[in-house]
Amino acid sequence: MISLDQLTKGAQAKIESIETDQLPLKLIEMGCLPGNTISLIQKAPFNDPLYFKVDESHLAIRRETAKHIFVRLLE
Amino acid sequence: MSKSLNIALLGNPNTGKTSVFNRLTGLNQKVGNYPGITVEKKEGVCKLNRTTKAHIIDLPGTYSLNASSMDESVVIELLLNKNSKDFPDVAVVITDVENLKRNLLLFTQVKDLGIPTLLVINMSDQMKRKGIRLDIPLLEKQLDTHIALVSTRENTGIDHLKTLLLNYRQLSTQPTIALESIDPVYFENLKKAFPNQQLYKLWLVITQDVNFAKIDRNRVSDTTDFKTQSESVLKRMQQKETVKRYQFINTILKETLEIDRASATDFRSRLDRVLIHKFWGYIIFFVILMTVFQSIYDWSSIPQDFIDATFAQLSEAASTKLPQGLFTDLLAQGIIPGLGGIVIFIPQIAFLFFFISILEETGYMSRVVFLMDRGLRRFGLNGKSVIPLISGTACAIPAVMATRNIENWKERLITILVTPFTTCSARLPVYAILIALVIPQGSFLGLNYQGLMLMFLYLVGFAMALLSAWILSMTIKIQSKSYFVVEMPNYKFPLLKNVGITVWEKTRTFVTEAGKIILAISILLWVLASYGPGKNFSEAEQIVQSNFTELEGEELTNKINSHKLEHSYIGLLGKSIEPVITPLGYDWKIGIALISSFAAREVFVGTLATIYSVESDAEETIKNRMASEVRADGTPLFNLASGISLMLFYAFAMQCMSTLAIVKKETNSWKWPTIQLFGMTFLAYLTAFTTYQILS
Repeated sequence: MISLDQLTKGAQAKIESIETDQLPLKLIEMGCLPGNTISLIQKAPFNDPLYFKVDESHLAIRRETAKHIFVRLLE
Repeated sequence: MSKSLNIALLGNPNTGKTSVFNRLTGLNQKVGNYPGITVEKKEGVCKLNRTTKAHIIDLPGTYSLNASSMDESVVIELLLNKNSKDFPDVAVVITDVENLKRNLLLFTQVKDLGIPTLLVINMSDQMKRKGIRLDIPLLEKQLDTHIALVSTRENTGIDHLKTLLLNYRQLSTQPTIALESIDPVYFENLKKAFPNQQLYKLWLVITQDVNFAKIDRNRVSDTTDFKTQSESVLKRMQQKETVKRYQFINTILKETLEIDRASATDFRSRLDRVLIHKFWGYIIFFVILMTVFQSIYDWSSIPQDFIDATFAQLSEAASTKLPQGLFTDLLAQGIIPGLGGIVIFIPQIAFLFFFISILEETGYMSRVVFLMDRGLRRFGLNGKSVIPLISGTACAIPAVMATRNIENWKERLITILVTPFTTCSARLPVYAILIALVIPQGSFLGLNYQGLMLMFLYLVGFAMALLSAWILSMTIKIQSKSYFVVEMPNYKFPLLKNVGITVWEKTRTFVTEAGKIILAISILLWVLASYGPGKNFSEAEQIVQSNFTELEGEELTNKINSHKLEHSYIGLLGKSIEPVITPLGYDWKIGIALISSFAAREVFVGTLATIYSVESDAEETIKNRMASEVRADGTPLFNLASGISLMLFYAFAMQCMSTLAIVKKETNSWKWPTIQLFGMTFLAYLTAFTTYQILS
């Protein structure tokens, strides 16, 4: 299991757990929930923020937020 | 008999909610503010059939009923307040067929409030291309509602939507999920404590910071058998609720929604690869900005010249055709030039809103936010600050309002505080006349000096915004968690109807709002300049005639006018601040223009026009008058040193009452606008002082 900020571009992963207290509810509502698949689409310069596709949503979050989401790589 | 029903449009951002609103209402809409706050309230009227009229409110876009910004609170407050005159008879939740799952979250929440809720699935024109198939009848049954499948782009399905709205009484008001299952004990107790209230409504009141007259949040815990929980426990329950809603939605969509991935064309990722490229992304953004600014100035100049000439003629006509008197003077010297000073900005403002709304409609703005976040964060700002900083070049007022979607309070506050440094369109006429006056013609490497000076002033404005943001971020001690969640919407071709309506609405609002102030200022200015205390004013004719016996005709009139002005109320005011502004290279007449500019910068030229007793407001004439103004030692008043000092003063000083008023509203305190007023003006004074002392 790795934290989301370590995900490489193009790789698919499944969200395993999230630190609810550290994350805005909005992120959870946009589909950042355990069980959903997530992939990194693009990193902004200096590797921050990060642009993900999670479930059906496309969204950008900062690296510090991504550290509170834990994922497992899918083959 | 005609009936009227209230309809509220809700939906996630980027679902085409406003397009549906525009399709339903056309230009039958008005934009106002919700009482006490500056959140835009869009309302419109639509005829559903011969006897029924619908009053439609386009609520701010929201991802859910759990509010994280001011815009979103408005939505909840309306839906919870049955006594509001706008309380909807029927709520319409608008969704995008490509993001149905996420969009339905809001639908389940609204329906759980017990309001008849109708579902609109928009962008049906995309279904074929994206390989999406929907079983609408089954979906209607499972969601227990009616569905209108529409395409605002192709204008289909709107009539069906109207029919469904007419039959809103058939809609069920049963909740979609059972909240009790999240935490049976907690919710049973809640129900016991407030047996007459709807459960989801209670839950929203407990978890949200909203005003709701029927239930006082603070007294909930006093009730027996019911304990409020800590914030972190509540948040976990909210998360459980969200999971529950998604389970409900997933189960339904499994049966009703089919997506054939193979037919999906990946336009989006190809564009993304270029537009947010580490290097090309910035180049493209820069080129777009340059193009926008260039076109604004190029395209605006023709209508602006026309407007300028028209108002000059109007003024002339008023003073010659109307009977002589106080009212004619007020009209010709005060009101018409004052109004001309605002109407002349219409082309620029309209073009700017045109470009900004295209950038937003296409989905490009989110990419800019993504690109700029890291860089701006160093200065204590947020990627989302880009939008206010760009739209601040039109006007700081809508720009300050555009900070609302920055969730982090500290970053939002700093953005609000520094936005007025960006070169707004009101500074342009001041720069234009001063540059023409003091910057020599000629060019360097093919770029002319005057153009370079203007560009320099824009850059100085942005640089000062960033620098002061950095200083503020070091000094303001507010602990607030920095959240940054930006949806990256699909790229879309802009709907011209939406762009057109935005341009029309924003420009109209700008003109009426700014128009009121400028009208008031120009009347006040005229009164202060037309009256004065003592003999020096009332007997100006005799005094001038006896002192300058050789003068006659127009020259004599001009001399009398300027003598009067010097001893009018405003003249005395200008004289009284002269000692303070002499070190900056200004005289008392510029002082008057400075004072009146504190209401709004754009009155600078008009004020000088009145002061130099030039009859027409044409810039050429004022320019010549300004050029011939001399100091006591015979050197020109406007030289390189005083001109640049004045431009820098205007670049930094806080000279806009409307901006201060909007900052007061947005920050809900007098503290921040006061800091802005004194901080920026002090900075302006210091810079102008240093510049003049070095250059002169």
